[in-house]
Amino acid sequence: MNSQYVLKMEGITKEYFGNRVLNDVNLSVRPGEIHALMGENGAGKSTLMNVLFGMPVIHNTGGFSGTIEVGGEAVTIDNPQKAMELGIGMVHQEFMLIPGFTVTENIKIGREKTTPGIASRIFGKALERLDVDSMRKDARKALDTIGLDIEEYVKVKGLPVGYMQFIEIAREIDKTGIKLMIFDEPTAVLTESEAERLLEAMRVIASKGIAIVFITHRLDEVIAVTDSMTILRDGQFVKRIETKETSAVEIAELMIGRKVEKLLDDTTDERVLSDENIILSLKNYFVDMPGERVKGIDLDVRRGEILGIGGLAGQGKLGIPNGIMGLFDAEGTIVLDGVSIDPKKLGDALKKGMGFVSEDRRSVGLLLEESIEHNIAFTAMQIKGSFLKNIGVGKLYDAKKGRTHAEDMIRQLDIRCTSASQQVGALSGGNQQKVCLARALALHPILLVVSEPTRGIDIGAKKLVIELLANLNRREGMTVIVVSSELNELRSICDRIAIISEGKIASVMKPNDSDADFGLAMAGYKERRKGS
Amino acid sequence: MKNKYAVYLKDRSIAGIKTLYANKVVLMFVALCTFGFLTTGKPASYTVVEVFSRFGRNTFLVLALIIPVLAGLGLNFGIVVGAMAAQVAIFWTVYWGFGGLKGLLICVLLATPIAILFGWMVGKLYNKTKGAEMITGLILAYFADGLYQFFFLFLIGGVIPVDNPSMIIAGGTGVKNTIDLTGNLKYTIDTISMLSVVRALAVIYCVVSLTLWVMNRKKNISLQTPLHMDRLLGSAIVFGLTFVPFVHDFMATDRLQLSKGVPVFAGLIGLLGLYRALVVKTKSEDDSFGMRNLTMAIIAAAVAAISFVPDIQKVLWAVHLPVMTYVLIATLCVFNSWLLSTKMGQDMRTAGQSRTVANAAGINVNRTRIIAMCMSTTLAAWGQIIYLQNLGTFATYGAHTMCGQYAIAALLVGGASVQQANNKQAILGVFLFHTLFVVAPLSASTVFGSALIGEYFRVFICYGVIALSLAMHAWKTKPQFGKDSNANTMLPRPLSLPAESSGIAE
Repeated sequence: MNSQYVLKMEGITKEYFGNRVLNDVNLSVRPGEIHALMGENGAGKSTLMNVLFGMPVIHNTGGFSGTIEVGGEAVTIDNPQKAMELGIGMVHQEFMLIPGFTVTENIKIGREKTTPGIASRIFGKALERLDVDSMRKDARKALDTIGLDIEEYVKVKGLPVGYMQFIEIAREIDKTGIKLMIFDEPTAVLTESEAERLLEAMRVIASKGIAIVFITHRLDEVIAVTDSMTILRDGQFVKRIETKETSAVEIAELMIGRKVEKLLDDTTDERVLSDENIILSLKNYFVDMPGERVKGIDLDVRRGEILGIGGLAGQGKLGIPNGIMGLFDAEGTIVLDGVSIDPKKLGDALKKGMGFVSEDRRSVGLLLEESIEHNIAFTAMQIKGSFLKNIGVGKLYDAKKGRTHAEDMIRQLDIRCTSASQQVGALSGGNQQKVCLARALALHPILLVVSEPTRGIDIGAKKLVIELLANLNRREGMTVIVVSSELNELRSICDRIAIISEGKIASVMKPNDSDADFGLAMAGYKERRKGS
Repeated sequence: MKNKYAVYLKDRSIAGIKTLYANKVVLMFVALCTFGFLTTGKPASYTVVEVFSRFGRNTFLVLALIIPVLAGLGLNFGIVVGAMAAQVAIFWTVYWGFGGLKGLLICVLLATPIAILFGWMVGKLYNKTKGAEMITGLILAYFADGLYQFFFLFLIGGVIPVDNPSMIIAGGTGVKNTIDLTGNLKYTIDTISMLSVVRALAVIYCVVSLTLWVMNRKKNISLQTPLHMDRLLGSAIVFGLTFVPFVHDFMATDRLQLSKGVPVFAGLIGLLGLYRALVVKTKSEDDSFGMRNLTMAIIAAAVAAISFVPDIQKVLWAVHLPVMTYVLIATLCVFNSWLLSTKMGQDMRTAGQSRTVANAAGINVNRTRIIAMCMSTTLAAWGQIIYLQNLGTFATYGAHTMCGQYAIAALLVGGASVQQANNKQAILGVFLFHTLFVVAPLSASTVFGSALIGEYFRVFICYGVIALSLAMHAWKTKPQFGKDSNANTMLPRPLSLPAESSGIAE
């Protein structure tokens, strides 16, 4: 029996429908250690944790291969309850709290203490009365352990967001026999001082011999609090290193570094870009998009360029286009080609010459039940009144014009389909994306914003979509903004890349800047930002 | 002391006014009821008698709705199914010729398993249609009504041989439109006298506490229930008191005349409050305990005094309450709040608030929901028995059709919502809704001068109430976008970690 590690996962491999998302990954954590699990979005961190917790999403899709040892003994974890019994707890990124319950009730949820009464003797344990007093005492003890000074009988509703994380932690600590706690991006929603306190609480917990797996993107926190870390990249195990033997720069390099696959062939570039010729200008721009808040940015887009907007999920990059389009509450000045856009008015941006391809293709971007032809035409019909014929009493859809246009676009964009009347829902991801593009192009925009153009489509289609965007830019002279989580994609076509971190622009970079610089900017690593 | 008491009173009244203000739905209906009450054009005693008799009839059914609401099943029409179970039981009880208390007992014994079975089936269905329980229940009630009619119109007499010309349609197939309960089940619960109730309660209390004490002694558990000799003695004295001629005469009547009942009970409560405030208070650490009881005593005294005002006395004189029915209602209230203090009740609340969280905490959500549903249908079945024995005639094909709507409307009027309900809201709601139900047609016909319009108002009110209070609740709970950043993060989300799985799913 080897109890050097409280958790040892070896050779974990997981495929989703032939798509290998984890390949021979190892993770080992010693008792009382704070261990960081690092990697970009899509590196496989969440999948690895799903494997550890025996989530249904893993077992419904064919399971995984590899071994898991807890406290030196091989175990099979096929449901979350089993993981809990083994002493593995999770502090969720999205709070598993009930607002209408008190702090005590939330901490003791599912594990309430009871005292028997006459009814429980007859009808079974479920009718035992709650022992409110001793539940309160337990909750108080757990709260004191992590140093949270709130009354245990107040309702969670109305407490500051920062406290909720602590209540979750208190709940895990209160579980008897807890050996390992997973913190899934706990600091993402916290203010700086709250995050400080959380890290402090983590140290306290670790000092009691409980191991912690800390999932985060913030390099400074990793350097500050962890003992060791495992780095994943594209589902591959990169390295397990001790924190004191490494540096932020090395971690960033390990996270990002990869052979740059070429998504775009070299083309002749005859564009003239100038800082004076601005097509879109954002000033003091805020967007209130849940999970993707933009907290005040100034950004100028030059006419004729391809601007990339990158950054990790949840940092606010998706908020930028959605705010301009009026899909979420936005504030600030937006000037497009000399005309100011009112983000409170839905469709204003479209009317004034912007084209938009949403990151949420299936629910925002397309009418899945409708034909390709209608999907291409409907925005232009609504905004510009094209594809309509006037019959005096009202306007009708001009089927002939719409059909011709759709067939034209199918040819131009090489949309693979049976005919223009095929349902969009039946197309593959890449072809759906092309339909989205065709719809945006039907408006003849002067500026095209494409959000996550290659999400959920295969590599071949990816290349086609990127080429298409480059062609639009080079041949038609269209200004393009690409918002994407895939840095590689941005680096292959963009002239400049703005990295968004915590709702602000961390830095505007050139595509050939070093991996480490990109990594540090994305992680919002503060030391570097001060230095440059 | 006096000063402190004044502060306490002030705090309580401010808190009371605040809660009232927060409950705009209730306030609006209070205003409507008051207006209606003043414009009926009939003596006040008429309205009060009507409201009280409806209250006794309907409250049990409304209280049966609380458990499923808390378990997250929404305001559901499952109680209609429970009511049908009761009606099937009543039919057979009457057909077999049982009556009185024995008939009632058979009726309950027959209705309970049927209701549990129905509840289990409804619960299964609701588990498959989570989030759409209200509409599912509504349609289910119509569907169940079809099956019910099939059973009573075709199977009985058609397939199941039944021979009773007073109950069966002349051709021999199908049950008649109304079944008269006079002479068998009518008033069987209502006529149980206070005397038997008090005696039975005293005996039951003694037996239960003795058994509990013996059981605890045997098992030698550290958490012993101490034997309260004083309480046992108290119940023995109460039992003895019932033989005193004066008390005996007061209690032996099967209905409690409110003009006698109010001063007597207000007096008893006042004495209890005084006793607690002055004697027991010293034992309690809580400072507000004494004050609360003192307030209770003062209010009780005020109520007793008011009941002697001639005009009010005249009204109270007209009202006769069926004691046992009210005892049952009170018992159900106690049961509801007791259930919530158990592990099962906590599980139900958790499952009702967030299924995701409950699942993550290892609570079997589906099972909890089914249990809640079974309890609700069973209680609804008993409630329907109470309702029909009071009404005295049993409309075979109509008795259950409106009970769901009425119960839901009453609960909503009381300030409950789709996710949250309690005993107080149910009781307040029944009072307000049925007051409105009684006064609306009367006052409409005085105000508009036409009896026809009055009848129309009665029907209009039930649906109007549901729509209006649902709309008011929706308006009240509408999230203020952008203002409350908590709201978004607090939304229950799926347990799987979404960032990476979402791309893969395509």
